[in-house]
Amino acid sequence: MESAIIKSKNFSAWFGTNQAVKNVNIEIPKNKVIAVMGPSGCGKTTFLRCVNRMHELTPGAYSKGEMTLNNEDIYGMHPIFVRLKIGMVFQRPNPFPNLSIYDNVIAGYKLNGIKLPKTEKDRIVEYSLTRVALWNEVKDALTKKGSFLSGGQQQRLCIARAVAMEPEVLLFDEPTSALDPISTSTVEELFHELKTNYTLIVVTHNMQQAARVSDRTAFFYMGELVEYDETKKMFTNPRDLRTQNYITGRFS
Amino acid sequence: MTQFETELQDVKSEVVSMWQLVISQLSKAKDSMLRFDKDLAREVISKEKRVNAHELKIDRDCENIFALFCPVAVDLRFLLAVLKINNNLERIGDIAEGIAKYIAESTVKFDKNILESTQLIRMFDDSLDILTDAQAAFENENTILARTIFSRDEVLDQINKKADGIIAEYIKASLNNINETLYILSIIRKLERVGDQSKNIAEEIIFYVEAKVLKHQKGFV
Repeated sequence: MESAIIKSKNFSAWFGTNQAVKNVNIEIPKNKVIAVMGPSGCGKTTFLRCVNRMHELTPGAYSKGEMTLNNEDIYGMHPIFVRLKIGMVFQRPNPFPNLSIYDNVIAGYKLNGIKLPKTEKDRIVEYSLTRVALWNEVKDALTKKGSFLSGGQQQRLCIARAVAMEPEVLLFDEPTSALDPISTSTVEELFHELKTNYTLIVVTHNMQQAARVSDRTAFFYMGELVEYDETKKMFTNPRDLRTQNYITGRFS
Repeated sequence: MTQFETELQDVKSEVVSMWQLVISQLSKAKDSMLRFDKDLAREVISKEKRVNAHELKIDRDCENIFALFCPVAVDLRFLLAVLKINNNLERIGDIAEGIAKYIAESTVKFDKNILESTQLIRMFDDSLDILTDAQAAFENENTILARTIFSRDEVLDQINKKADGIIAEYIKASLNNINETLYILSIIRKLERVGDQSKNIAEEIIFYVEAKVLKHQKGFV
């Protein structure tokens, strides 16, 4: 496999006594899009939130095992540093409603108390909005509130906010489930663009989306990583019967 | 059963129905030849339209399933296989019609001696057996049975190869009924194609069930 940027080894996660992720071993290659799919409650979102240590923010939640970023223990790093390196985009677009489009993009710097000269901020805003194909649509309205944008534009703004921090990995938790098909298509196109600079891990319920956008797919079931393979292989000839039953809609 | 599974089942039933019609067409083409029954030959020619109608329906049904259900994995392989099998069966239907046309156009019954020396009747019987077994392999997802078709196709190829010399000798010895003798050679060629089409079908069955591509590979079993 190509050089792995994220690796988990015997990784498990709990909510109190409930084990949500069971002994997961996975290697995420650099500059690829990885889809994570599985039925509700299978542990896919929990696993995603473990990658940037969001999981531990839930009371009673904890994890065991190894999770590394470039072979460095994520759980030995400062959580803020982890989240600078591993950005996250959520299901519903969540721009800061009181901040302008401009300030939304550089919110990560402001919230972390990182002061930048105006020219640098301008550069980051333009670069990030361009990366998410939003610059041409909003360059004359940067002072308007982010919440004035359409749902699809808001989601791209959130991706721009994550990109602005120049992370190495971007996590997406069902990023298009609240979007219409055209906005979904725009975000999916972005994935192909973004992977030239970042590694993307996308949790999705939409199997066709997984098939369309990802290089590799991981299938989770009841907390276990059942199968992890090239997406083409997974959707034409999966190895595990549970994977086949799930992707063909015969799951019970 | 989900709506998707029902749709797949309906396509499978339609393919089996087409298969039975094609076997019946080939069988009747053989009977019309042996009995020199021109009415039966004309029946085969007229029923060819039904084979074509099956082909169009299966194509349309597959297209709808692709558009509406986005099949993957074994379902995707099944539908891809069905599209190709559909095409192969339609060609075999054309072959049956072509043979029937020779009978309809012949002025005399085919000479029994040349039928025996060329092994044409055996070719017919083998082709029908292969086609019937291919249908059973498809219905029951039986790849062991499907694999038997490869060696049986080679038997048809051998008979075809020997036919040229036998027919040439026959024509040299007897200048009567040259047209009918050439029809026999053409029928042998056509039945050899039935073997090839059946082999293609067997490959598709194995692709659908085992996800193995055997096309253009030698020495497979």
